[in-house]
Amino acid sequence: MERLTKDDVHPSIVKALLDQETNVTFEDALENEMILNMGPQHPATHGVLRVLLRLDGETVVAAVPDLGYLHRGYEKMAENMSYYEFIPHTDRLDYISPPANNTAFCLAVEKLYGIEAPVRAQYIRMIMTELSRITSHLVAVGALAMDVGALTVFLWCLREREKVLNAYDIICGARFTTSYTRIGGVAADMPDEAIGIIKEFIAQFEEKLDEAERMLNTNRIFVERLEGVGVISGEEAINIGLTGPNLRGSGIEHDLRRANPYMLYDQIDFKVPVYNEGDSLARYFVRADELRESCKIIIQCLDKMPKGEIMLNSPKKVLPRKTEIYTKMEELIHDFMIVNFGVKPPVGDIYSGVENPKGELGFYIVSKGEGHPWKMKIRSPSFCNLQSLGGLIKGHMISDVVAIIGSLDPVMGEADK
Amino acid sequence: MEIKDKIVPLLQEQFPETNFEVTDFRGDLKIKFDASQIYPVCNFLKNHDDLKFNMCEDVTAIDWATKKNRFTVVYHIYSLENKFRLRLACDVQENHPHIASVVPLWKSANWYERETYDMYGIKFENHPDLRRMYMPEEYEYYPLRKEYPLMGIPGDLTLPKK
Amino acid sequence: MGLEAKLMSDGFITTTIDALVGWARESSVWPMPLGISCCGIEMMAVAGPKYDIARFGSEVMRFTPRQCDVLLVAGTVTYKMSHVVKKIYDQMPDPKWVIAMGVCTSTGGMYRSYSVVQGIDHFLPVDIYLAGCPPRPDNLLNALMLIQDKIKHTRARDFQNIPLLEPVKVNGN
Repeated sequence: MERLTKDDVHPSIVKALLDQETNVTFEDALENEMILNMGPQHPATHGVLRVLLRLDGETVVAAVPDLGYLHRGYEKMAENMSYYEFIPHTDRLDYISPPANNTAFCLAVEKLYGIEAPVRAQYIRMIMTELSRITSHLVAVGALAMDVGALTVFLWCLREREKVLNAYDIICGARFTTSYTRIGGVAADMPDEAIGIIKEFIAQFEEKLDEAERMLNTNRIFVERLEGVGVISGEEAINIGLTGPNLRGSGIEHDLRRANPYMLYDQIDFKVPVYNEGDSLARYFVRADELRESCKIIIQCLDKMPKGEIMLNSPKKVLPRKTEIYTKMEELIHDFMIVNFGVKPPVGDIYSGVENPKGELGFYIVSKGEGHPWKMKIRSPSFCNLQSLGGLIKGHMISDVVAIIGSLDPVMGEADK
Repeated sequence: MEIKDKIVPLLQEQFPETNFEVTDFRGDLKIKFDASQIYPVCNFLKNHDDLKFNMCEDVTAIDWATKKNRFTVVYHIYSLENKFRLRLACDVQENHPHIASVVPLWKSANWYERETYDMYGIKFENHPDLRRMYMPEEYEYYPLRKEYPLMGIPGDLTLPKK
Repeated sequence: MGLEAKLMSDGFITTTIDALVGWARESSVWPMPLGISCCGIEMMAVAGPKYDIARFGSEVMRFTPRQCDVLLVAGTVTYKMSHVVKKIYDQMPDPKWVIAMGVCTSTGGMYRSYSVVQGIDHFLPVDIYLAGCPPRPDNLLNALMLIQDKIKHTRARDFQNIPLLEPVKVNGN
């Protein structure tokens, strides 16, 4: 095997540091500053986040996050494909909650087209979004617990998550990357079997959640490692652009489902959990409470969901049904045109933001009247939440860095795009 | 009076010299004006008692691939109090693309502007730390510009030796 | 495995060193879980209670490459990340094997773009390509069993030049 030289291993900045002549002697090693590289391969960075830490002893003096290790060029790819083709790509943005991303993207494109999905489809989307909120928060809580040393809860959370994934499996044929929504509706109707599984899951979930919460909330190690760690005030949180549970953990009651209701959230009764402390523990509590709220929303949606169409009937904008494509000439032509050239929206630009499990996921689409977007910008919540990381970990110990990253719950897939 | 109807008259009153081009597409209010005015206008929008746009949600740019007014820098700002989102847009020229940074107003703009710089090469003046966001530091192209091919330029990024 | 049965009867077995070492190796493959993106979540599911990788002796996920036998590259490898992956691979002690989990690791998959490496075999020797985006957990277990089979049939004198055998392709999903 070829030996690496120093030039291969270190970028120029570190090399400059290493090449400097120095006459500092080590009397007490802990009195000297040092630079620690954390990530991109680190079990607690939730993917490939890299943080450069400047340490004085074990205290973090300064920190610089480095992103881009998972930069896949989504925005460039979006400019080269039709709106329909981009739906599977949205799965892999925030890959812990794919249906929520599908829904967010389809809502954006529907806003651009000026259409709206039928009522049943809207309810199905809401159910899927809330289910994905449950899976996302389960992973967030479990991973946070694992990061601070409570592995049991992580396994319990994964066990519950598998039950939701079973429901996905029946609803859309994939347990993980769902690609379930379509522009103007959803791909397939929600079968009664799946509804049964969801109801069964929710019926037993409360108890399991209580069990996990008892385990964590009464655990002195867990509470003491999070309480007062990574505190951010409400004003500062707004200024730095936090959204989602992280913002609500700082005492700001902002939830796009409530502030600018989309789909049918204005007809649903739910609470927006808010905690005022602004520390890692508050962010954990918000997520735990949201799990219960999501269950409430799903039950209401299942009750209110009417029978009916799941796809809009709008031949030139929405893919026709397969049975009609096979039997009618007109529909066949529409299908051919939509699949090959895409649907031509009006010229203009829109921004559509929805409340995803991680925060506000927004799509800014600029259309020149072609079948593919001229520009698409993804405003991803993890990217903005990560921005606060540098300030949050300043002054804390190395071991707190892990807890703070876990409590921010970033997903690098959407942070790096 | 709706917040939507209030913004433009207030802006026009404060900046009588500036030409504000207002469009309303699908309920999204967009205000376009001269790039030199970006900082004062944002400052006014953020600190006005009725408007209070206290959150900067997004900064990005559009490459129109034209000779004149090649780039448009787009800002999305949100008012938590009024629950209203506003879009600001400023044209930027191709040679020496630059615009004033809004980081002193909203800290969140820091990374958005870095990302825009990384992808389009637009320089944000007075930005505290204008480095590349995603691509490696020594990278010399701007991927989201229209002349940059989807598959990249062969040899621009290196792989480790096998 | 039948070893107990042998002990009960004669009290000794005849075998070759290669077979014995291969048998010991294949039963405790320690993976290096390089969870980069979506596949990393499915890898977590494999470690979780339902699929339970512990049944195959591989539940010891070590996050330090020095202690690992199999590099599990789970997720899209970008050019920026490729140097890190290579560095981790170089740190692993011989003998070592590589599983390319998911299509974007194997071939670039749906990411035909400027920043994604079109298959990690451009810079790493790969033993198993695992299809699926992401592969289902059962599929990953299948890959693990295949690599166990491969480890079992690897002789000590083959270690110098990796890759040892021709890559195996797994169909699925």
